Amino acid sequence: MAEVLVVVEASEATGVKKVTLEMLTIARGLGTPSAVVFGDVAAVSEKLAEYGAEKIYAASGEDVQNYLVAPKATVVAELVKSVSPAAVLLASTQEGKEIAGRLAIKLDNGLLTDAVAVEADGTATQVVFAGSTIVKSKVTRGLPIVTIRPNSVTPEVAPATPAVEELTVAVSDADKLTRVVERVAEKKGSRPELTEASIVVSGGRGVASAENFALVEELADLLGGAVGASRAAVDSGFYPHQFQVGQTGKTVSPQLYIALGISGAIQHRAGMQTSKTIVAVNKDAEAPIFELADYGVVGDLNKVVPQAADEIRKRK
Amino acid sequence: MNIVVLVKQVPDSGAERTLSASDNTIERGSGNVINEMDEYAIEEALKIKEAHGGEVTVLTVGPAGATDSIRKALSMGPDKAVHVQDDALHGSCAVATSKVLAAALGTLDADLILCGAESTDGRVQVVPHMLAERLGVAALTGARKLTVDGTQLTIERQTDEGYEVLTASTPAIVSVWDTINEPRYPSFKGIMAAKKKPVQSLALGDLGVSADEVGFAGASSSVVEFAKRPPRAGGAKIVDEGTAGEQLVAYLATEKFV
Ligand SMILES: Cc1cc2nc3c(=O)[nH]c(=O)nc-3n(C[C@H](O)[C@H](O)[C@H](O)COP(=O)(O)OP(=O)(O)OC[C@H]3O[C@@H](n4cnc5c(N)ncnc54)[C@H](O)[C@@H]3O)c2cc1C
Ligand SMILES: Nc1ncnc2c1ncn2[C@@H]1O[C@H](COP(=O)(O)O)[C@@H](O)[C@H]1O
Repeated sequence: MAEVLVVVEASEATGVKKVTLEMLTIARGLGTPSAVVFGDVAAVSEKLAEYGAEKIYAASGEDVQNYLVAPKATVVAELVKSVSPAAVLLASTQEGKEIAGRLAIKLDNGLLTDAVAVEADGTATQVVFAGSTIVKSKVTRGLPIVTIRPNSVTPEVAPATPAVEELTVAVSDADKLTRVVERVAEKKGSRPELTEASIVVSGGRGVASAENFALVEELADLLGGAVGASRAAVDSGFYPHQFQVGQTGKTVSPQLYIALGISGAIQHRAGMQTSKTIVAVNKDAEAPIFELADYGVVGDLNKVVPQAADEIRKRK
Repeated sequence: MNIVVLVKQVPDSGAERTLSASDNTIERGSGNVINEMDEYAIEEALKIKEAHGGEVTVLTVGPAGATDSIRKALSMGPDKAVHVQDDALHGSCAVATSKVLAAALGTLDADLILCGAESTDGRVQVVPHMLAERLGVAALTGARKLTVDGTQLTIERQTDEGYEVLTASTPAIVSVWDTINEPRYPSFKGIMAAKKKPVQSLALGDLGVSADEVGFAGASSSVVEFAKRPPRAGGAKIVDEGTAGEQLVAYLATEKFV
């Protein structure tokens, strides 16, 4: 079977991202998974092997680390030319999409973004228009280059013993036009990554202040979930922008989504509509969020949430 | 500084959006607006012009109806616009659209190309890097802050871990998120002035792109089928009479979340 290249997403703090394991799982349905690693291969190889990478290509050094994505796209393009894979999978993240875009131009090849499933023949499923429409698409020129949305499939363990092949990186000056001069890690607690979390607790304008977001955080922590926010909450300065869920924020698809003081505008739904179970707390019985909530509480979040938190503590 | 801002007209994300049953493309009939992120790109361009001088040109690839959004963009303050329109463009994929945008940019000699980080219809987030790849210019994408110092550009962009600082020299393409500024509202004077600003219309032939490289003929991907997802049905709804928090947790427990 032909190789399927999986471009690995990992972070120094949390190691291999869950979406990478999802990609390896999807890749097995298309061919033989080969992981492409940028950076420290030792830190990630064990996990990649556990989830079925039959081969690991590693590229490291200043040329791939110090410039924005272009060198990475060059490395993947060269690899495509040399191994003729059945498909290339990347994460539907800022970096994954950026590499994919460049790769498509380099290879004059089609690409599909934000897929939640890929069939054996390369047909990808996408959920579009605020979660209202399901689309099946195909690349019609070249091989399938597909970016995968986090939380699309359950990662499956499939132990393999991959050989690591170090790639020689030869990038052109054109790939070095944008220099990364600083990477700043901001202090973060132990909460899971928003797009990868299986539980997300989000607060909206109804939370009413930055201080009161402590309620949202407390419930999230008791459930082992991530914290999200509506745009109104972000615009009001209650919570930082990177946690915004929706049309212009992150798309999340957790097992459980809890919306606190969020009305449920279409642009907010765009980012959470495909969650498995949705719970809403809102004092307005007519709030549109109740139209999609599996369990709705009409009430004041300032009363309901602390009581729920106490109850969870009791049960623990 | 010669600045070109890429502006795309998209269906209003607040309204019902759908694909056309006849050819699987996005319905662009009515309720169209400027892609929200592009308004932030226009604002950033105007601020740079105010600080450093120069000229701001709006560039749109889109159907005849996109003129509405072009006039609206011009009413914020840019000097002129270029509208690439051609019937053959209908059905174009991102790869082809980037080819046309790149060809048009080739005629404009921009020092700085500004655009939105993402369009609300496709949400692909790939056009800026595609253009950088085609034009051989630097890409600084996803900016929440842009600093211009002569020919030196610096941006800050949010990442999941924190943020990054990127630098490049002009010519470059910079894409922006809505955290970068607060777009101005067009003034009455601006709206009147926009009516007289030059809008150059270009067809594919003017750009040396042939019809079979774009549209359905030149598409590198295609929609095979689509279906409406059944709307979610609301479930149980309780009104708090003092124990809703406990009831909520009982529900979470039956669903095995606690
Ligand atoms: C192009 C575009 C893109 C957008 N992108 C996004 C996006 O990415 N994400 C996003 O979220 N929005 C987005 N929006 C904005 C969206 O339309 C809404 O304005 C926003 O989602 C509203 O946020 P909210 O529900 O927190 O606030 P509101 O709509 O003001 O709702 C607050 C809710 O809190 C309830 N409430 C108040 N006090 C309490 C209390 N004590 N207890 C319980 N409930 C209470 C109220 O009943 C109300 O329902 C976008 C808009 C546009 C035009
Ligand atoms: N047809 C188009 N005409 C003008 N600008 C466009 C077009 N398509 C995309 N863009 C620009 O590219 C940005 C990113 O779009 P996308 O990659 O489609 O998400 C948009 O915010 C626009 O600034």
